[in-house]
Amino acid sequence: MSFDSIFRIAGSSMNAQTVRLNTVASNLANSESAAGSEDAVYRSRKPVFAAVYGNDDLVRNGGMSGAHVQVMDVVSSDREPQKRYEPNHPLADRSGYVFYADVNEIEEMTDMMSATRSFETSVEVLNRVKGMQQSLLKLGEM
Amino acid sequence: MSISFDKAMGVHIRALNLHIQRSEILAANLANEDTPGFKARDLDFAAEMSRHGSPFFGAGQLSKLQYRVPSQPSQDGNTVELSVEQAAFSKSTTDFQTSLTFLNMKFRGLKEAIEGR
Repeated sequence: MSFDSIFRIAGSSMNAQTVRLNTVASNLANSESAAGSEDAVYRSRKPVFAAVYGNDDLVRNGGMSGAHVQVMDVVSSDREPQKRYEPNHPLADRSGYVFYADVNEIEEMTDMMSATRSFETSVEVLNRVKGMQQSLLKLGEM
Repeated sequence: MSISFDKAMGVHIRALNLHIQRSEILAANLANEDTPGFKARDLDFAAEMSRHGSPFFGAGQLSKLQYRVPSQPSQDGNTVELSVEQAAFSKSTTDFQTSLTFLNMKFRGLKEAIEGR
């Protein structure tokens, strides 16, 4: 039976989407974080997903196994930070400029919606598989 | 004369096994909805069912998975279409329950035969 591998696949997906939601929350929270220089400014982060095919599963099931999701890395964006002229800001540099992270709020919000929907899909998969397992356990009960 | 369980259970055990395997493949498709370059896969249920073999073993030992053809290709090479996969997964789990119901009916019939009613 490969119920446990379905649970593991759905779990890996939920984990990956949680990491994604985490980066979205971090990006949105820091969208107005100021910095005194271009190097110190917050860079928006994005996770990179990859499909992982279980090696032993491939041998055992002849390529019939599903793929897990793994977060390969969390990359920082290389977008230019915003430069605003605010000479009265305590973090302003010598010429009066303050640097802000270039976070695109709309992009982050859509990313958040997509991550939430994927997470909910995984929860639904788990519920369905749980139902399958429970009715299989009741097999032969009369 | 004896009851052959292999015959009595019919195709349902093999069908159950295949449904679980198909659910796993579809769950993996759903899980990799946002993975760049991931190709959605599925197994041809009718072709797998028509292959010979004992219903207790060998479900999909040498079977091949097929790649889904997306109705609209995406830029990042991912071919998972959420609604298609969700519908397929839903169908797979419902078919599983159906097979299970049939199997339960077979069991009930056997029990009645054993008890001589």
